[in-house]
Amino acid sequence: MATSSQDSRARRSAPETRVTRRAAGPRERPGTLVGVSRVVVDVVLKPEISDPQGQAVLGALGRLGHGGVTSVRQGKHFVLEVEGTPDRAELEQIAQTLLANPVIEDVELHLPTD
Amino acid sequence: MRIGVITFPGSLDDVDAARAVRLAGGESVALWHGDHDLKDVDAVVLPGGFSYGDYLRAGAIAARSPLMQDVVAAAKGGLPVLGICNGFQVLCESGLLPGALHRNAHLHFRNRDQQLRIERADTAWTESYEQGQTIVVPVKNGEGRYVAAPADLERLEGEGRVAVRYVGRNPNGSLNDIAGVTSENGRVVGLMPHPEHAVEDLTGPSTDGLGFFTSVLKAVVAA
Repeated sequence: MATSSQDSRARRSAPETRVTRRAAGPRERPGTLVGVSRVVVDVVLKPEISDPQGQAVLGALGRLGHGGVTSVRQGKHFVLEVEGTPDRAELEQIAQTLLANPVIEDVELHLPTD
Repeated sequence: MRIGVITFPGSLDDVDAARAVRLAGGESVALWHGDHDLKDVDAVVLPGGFSYGDYLRAGAIAARSPLMQDVVAAAKGGLPVLGICNGFQVLCESGLLPGALHRNAHLHFRNRDQQLRIERADTAWTESYEQGQTIVVPVKNGEGRYVAAPADLERLEGEGRVAVRYVGRNPNGSLNDIAGVTSENGRVVGLMPHPEHAVEDLTGPSTDGLGFFTSVLKAVVAA
């Protein structure tokens, strides 16, 4: 990350910053894990965007004898730890503005209550 | 004429871009991604490289840097901005240009001299060329395949937003052989090939790339 960044918005939206800061808390004060929620964000290419990596995996599966697999789409899986009750609207914004590029990717949010 | 060149963590071609600016007759001004200071430049170049190691998506994190907020605002006011390779990826990620750059269709990094056709000779960065002119500059990328949803692609073509197109072999599977696109007002241009690597006979396959940098000097004077 930017070492000289004074921009709190950029820092706040960086997932590694969030996770690192929150993960350090329980080690310092055992028991404070209560109130930290885990949110999973899956990002996949839109169906109309071709996925050459997925196609390469599919080709390898065929060579390994798994001819029954007819399609592979490769995506990204993010795990966020969030203080308190996760705010779905804020997480949607995080997913749409940084974790995914909405031009080519779709997002699936998985909150603890899901 | 002051042309800024932004350095992000992982930029590689900022020095070559600055040199191309000077060879074209401009003054190059070094800009730092973490500042909120465009230093009163008349135009900005986003150079090639691997900002933030291409983490998340190529150009994604650089597009959210402090200085890019100023670039986006200034570009909407008409500041000429050129994105080369990783700089093009940053411009697409910032929303200044449409579409996205994704993994090359053949999954290989491709590095070679490439023929391009100038489709738009009326942008701030291409007016030194003739429309339909063919040039040769290096191309070098692993995630350079231009993609957009079919409807968006059709709209872009209808609006004449394709600035540069690959001629002959398409190096990465870009849809419609698109090598570069422009903003609606022609002030922002992004392309995957590297004009800044074709500005001197000693080091480049041609000097065809110089036209991008002489173009903006004329565009700034005319503005």
